Amino acid sequence: MDINTPFFKARASEALQDANLQQALGNLKQGFPHKRAIAVERMPEFEALRDQGRDLKNHILEHLDLYLEQFESKVTENGGQVHWARTGDDANRIILDICQQVNAKTVTKGKSMVSEETGLNDYLEKNGIQPVETDLGEYILQLRGDHPSHIIAPAIHLNLEDVSEAFHAHHNKPKSDDPVTLMQEARDALREKFVVADVGITGANFCVAETGSTIIVTNEGNGDLTQTLPKTHIVITSIEKVVPTLEDMTLFLRLLARSATGQEFTVYNTLSSGPRREGDQDGPENFHVVLVDNGRSEMVGSQFQDMLRCIRCSACMNHCPVYGAVGGHSYGWVYPGPMGSVLTPKMIGIEKGAALPNASTFCGKCESVCPVRIPLPKLMRHWREDEFSKHLTPKAARYGLGSWAFLAKRPALYRQFTKASSWGLKLLANSPFGGKKGKLESLPLASGWTDFRDMPAPQGETFMQQWKKRQNAEQTDGDAS
Amino acid sequence: MSRAEIFANIRRGLGREVPSDTQRQTVQNRLRAQADNIIPARAQLPRPQQVELFRAMATEAAAELIDLDSLEQLPAACDNWLTTQGLNEFICASDPQLAGLDWSDIQAAKAERVAQVGDMAALTTSFAGIAETGTLMLYSRADSPTTLNFLPDNHLVVLHESDILGVYEEAWKKLRNHCQTSDGLLQMPRTVNMITGPSRSADIEQTLLMGAHGPKRLVIFIVKN
Repeated sequence: MDINTPFFKARASEALQDANLQQALGNLKQGFPHKRAIAVERMPEFEALRDQGRDLKNHILEHLDLYLEQFESKVTENGGQVHWARTGDDANRIILDICQQVNAKTVTKGKSMVSEETGLNDYLEKNGIQPVETDLGEYILQLRGDHPSHIIAPAIHLNLEDVSEAFHAHHNKPKSDDPVTLMQEARDALREKFVVADVGITGANFCVAETGSTIIVTNEGNGDLTQTLPKTHIVITSIEKVVPTLEDMTLFLRLLARSATGQEFTVYNTLSSGPRREGDQDGPENFHVVLVDNGRSEMVGSQFQDMLRCIRCSACMNHCPVYGAVGGHSYGWVYPGPMGSVLTPKMIGIEKGAALPNASTFCGKCESVCPVRIPLPKLMRHWREDEFSKHLTPKAARYGLGSWAFLAKRPALYRQFTKASSWGLKLLANSPFGGKKGKLESLPLASGWTDFRDMPAPQGETFMQQWKKRQNAEQTDGDAS
Repeated sequence: MSRAEIFANIRRGLGREVPSDTQRQTVQNRLRAQADNIIPARAQLPRPQQVELFRAMATEAAAELIDLDSLEQLPAACDNWLTTQGLNEFICASDPQLAGLDWSDIQAAKAERVAQVGDMAALTTSFAGIAETGTLMLYSRADSPTTLNFLPDNHLVVLHESDILGVYEEAWKKLRNHCQTSDGLLQMPRTVNMITGPSRSADIEQTLLMGAHGPKRLVIFIVKN
C-alpha cells in the first residue's frame, strides 16, 4: 500500500469537503460508540476486566519470548507449522512459497490487517496468484481497488450507492440499491470462490500458547468458510497476539466484542488448532501460522511497549473526534485513528509518519475507552518529542515553540507578555477591525482558527493579576482580624 | 534468520539474554494453572435461571428456540420446521445421538455427509450452551464435520438443557475433560466453534443485515433433561 501519511493535512481538508464521506462518517458516530456504551453498562465488571486485561498483557510482554516458544511448540505438536517473518516482505515470501508448493491459483482471504500491513494481495497478484477477499467490506473494497479506512469496518467510508455501483460493474446483474439483494449477490459470488480456492488465508485475534490455537472473531462466517474449505490454511498474524491459556483468551474476548461493535459476543469465535485429525471428514490438510514482527520486537522495552497491548478493537478511532471528522484514509496508511498514530511511525518511520501523532487534540477519549488502557495521548506525545529532537518539525512550529519556551522559562517576562497581549487583543476587538461583542474575526498568524470561528477577546484581567489581587485581599482581611 | 533476530530483539528489549529459571517457572505455572480471570456475576446463577439466561441471550442474538420434551421428538420437530420453510431435504452428521432416532416418518430427505454449496439445511448436535451470551459450542471430529455449521443456509442445532453452562470457563473445563490424550492432557480438536446467533454483516452503510456468508438462520432445539 502506498504511504500517503505526509499528506495528512491536505487529505484531511479534502475529506472535510467530501459530502459523501461526511454522510458515511455520520453513521459511525451514532453506531459504535453508542452500542459500546450500552454493552459496558450491561457488564458491571467491565472496568475491572480492563484492569485485568492491561495487567495480563503486561505480564505477557514481560515473558513474550517464552510464550512464543510455547505457542510454536504446541502448533508443531498439533501437526502445524510456524514461520517467523522479520518484515512484511519476509511474510509475503513465506506465504507465496507455501502457495506455490501446493500449486495454488486462487486463495480466499478472511479479514487481516496484518496482511494489509505487508501488502500481501499485491504481492500474490504480481506472482500470478489471485487473492479473493471474502469479508463483505473487504470484498467491496477489492472490487473498487480501494483499501480499508477502518480496522474492523473496512468500508465505512462508502455509501450504499458506492456498493451498488461496484457490484453492478462486477456481478453481471441488474443494478440494485437494496442492501439485502446486494449482500445476497456477494454471498452467491463468494460461495463459488470458497470451494475452488486452493489456500485459505485468515488473520488471528489471539494465539493461545497452551493449546497452539489461533482464534478468529467474525460476524459473517467468511473466515470460517475461508479456513475450512481449502486444503491449506495459512494464518497470518503478529507476535504480540499470543496469550497464555484459553481462560486468558476468554478475558480478552469479553473485552473485544463490547469495545469493538458493542456486541455481547461476536457471532463466530473460532479456534483453529492444526490440520484435520484422523477421521475428520473436512477441514484443511495443512496448517501454517506466519508470525509477523515488522517492528514490534523493537517496541519491547521501549517507550512504546504499551502499544503492544493493543487488541485491535477500534474503540479509539470510533470515539476519536479527529477520525470522526476526517475518516481513515486521511491518515494515509494501514492503521488510522489514535492507535494508527502511534503504530504507523514505528512501521514506516517517523520521517514519513510525523503528521499522525500531531493529528490529535489530546482530548483523551481514546485512552478512556481503550480496553487495555493504552496511554495513547502519552505515546503520541513521545512521537512528537522524537520528531522535535530529530529536527523534523516544520520551521514555523519550531520557532513558535522556541519563542514560547524562551518566555515560559522567564515568568516575569511571560506575565508582562500575556498582560500586554491580553490588553492588545481587547483593544483590537473594540476597534473598527474587531467583530461583534468583543470577538475577533481575523487575527494575524491565527487564520487556522479565525477562518472558521471567531476568537473571543480576553475578558478582564489575566489569571496572575486576579490571583495577586485575591492574595492581597486575603492578606488585608487577615491583618484586619 | 528471522526467528533468531526476533527473539534477540525481544530479549534485548527485556534486558536479558536468556530468561531466568524463575521467569520460566512463572510461565509454566500460568500455563498449568489455567486459572480463571474475573468471571462476570451475570451467569453465576441457580440452574433454572441459567437456562433462562441462555434462552434470553440466544434470542437476543437472533437465534430461534424450539423446546422439546425429549430427543425422540426431534425428527418430527425438525421435519415440521423444514416443511414450514418449504424445504424438503437436509444433511446431518453420522452422530450416534441422531442415528439412534427413528427418522422413518419424516417427509424431508435426510443425507449423512459433509456440506456442499447449495445445501439448504444442516442438523447438528452441540457440545455445550453458554448462558452468559447465549452461545453454542461445537467442535470438529469424525461425526461432527465443520462445514455443516457454516455452508448451508439454515443451521439446526440440538442442545440438551443439561449441557447449558453458565460461562465460557465452564465450557473450557468440560472440553478439557472430554478431549484428552491417554496421559490426561488436553487434546485440542482441529477446531472449536463458538456460535452466537446467525451470520450477519453491517458492512453496507452500517446497516445490520442477517445472513452474510454463514447460516441465515440458527435454530436451537432445546431438549429437556
